[in-house]
Amino acid sequence: MPLQVLLVEDSPGDLRLTQEAFRDVNPFVRLHIANDGVEAMAFLKREGRYLDAPRPDLVLLDLNLPKVDGREVLAYIKDDPGLKTIPTVILTSSEAESDVVKSYQLQANCYLSKPMHFEAFHNLVKSINDFWLTRVKLPQHRNAVEPGKPRLIERQT
Amino acid sequence: MQDKNPPLQVLLVEDSPGDIRLTLETFRDTNPAIRLHVANDGVEALAFLRQEGVHVSAPRPDLILLDLNMPKMDGREALAQIKQDEGLKTIPTVILTTSEAEADVVRSYQLKANCYLNKPVQLDAFENLVKSINDFWLNMAKLPPQQN
Repeated sequence: MPLQVLLVEDSPGDLRLTQEAFRDVNPFVRLHIANDGVEAMAFLKREGRYLDAPRPDLVLLDLNLPKVDGREVLAYIKDDPGLKTIPTVILTSSEAESDVVKSYQLQANCYLSKPMHFEAFHNLVKSINDFWLTRVKLPQHRNAVEPGKPRLIERQT
Repeated sequence: MQDKNPPLQVLLVEDSPGDIRLTLETFRDTNPAIRLHVANDGVEALAFLRQEGVHVSAPRPDLILLDLNMPKMDGREALAQIKQDEGLKTIPTVILTTSEAEADVVRSYQLKANCYLNKPVQLDAFENLVKSINDFWLNMAKLPPQQN
């Protein structure tokens, strides 16, 4: 089963680096991209062209984004009964302590600083894969209540 | 000897003596900068975190490793109390348990666990897990500062 990862990121360079690194480290990852907070929320709520979007197993969220920023997206995810269990990892170039504290207060599952160098960036993606997508037990979402959709009851025969 | 980085304070909440010993030994081998503190149940963990009684001088942990099934107060209750406490909620809290029950996984994330890990039964796998907790949480992740 593919692992669905939603990357919320506006920098084309970082998008490309992340895509390439995931392709190298884990072919089972399906990386979905949202370029700003509005698009991320539409994806998570399955609105508009995201009607058939999968529920992400993991969200990688930049903080400084156009339209709606990452802090607001994080607050939305962690406030929504259907979405709050999705591990949400902050991935940002900000090293400001106030951003770190604020993110953990808003219940980010973890905070990572984007390194500047290509190799370090690749290593970071690899360790996200090794830890979050390999070691960690992620919540299964078969029975999760999905926003805006009736709950599916699986029939056991 | 120069030591510009303060030690990393880790609170292990665990009742199994074997698992405590294994975790202590593996951390000692992996990262000498770690100070591992042990609480044997949820009541002791909260006393440590709130600096009550004998824990009056306890440091604020940088990371909490929390078992689920424990005497007195179990890990679910301790997790709920940590994440409801304004002063403690930002401390990354990692569930480290033998339970593979989906209900425990979902419940833990609902209670705002930062992540959920299964304790492996084999010695090698256990050591590898402790190493990867060290590599990820104590090297890669940016943790909230000690004072906030």
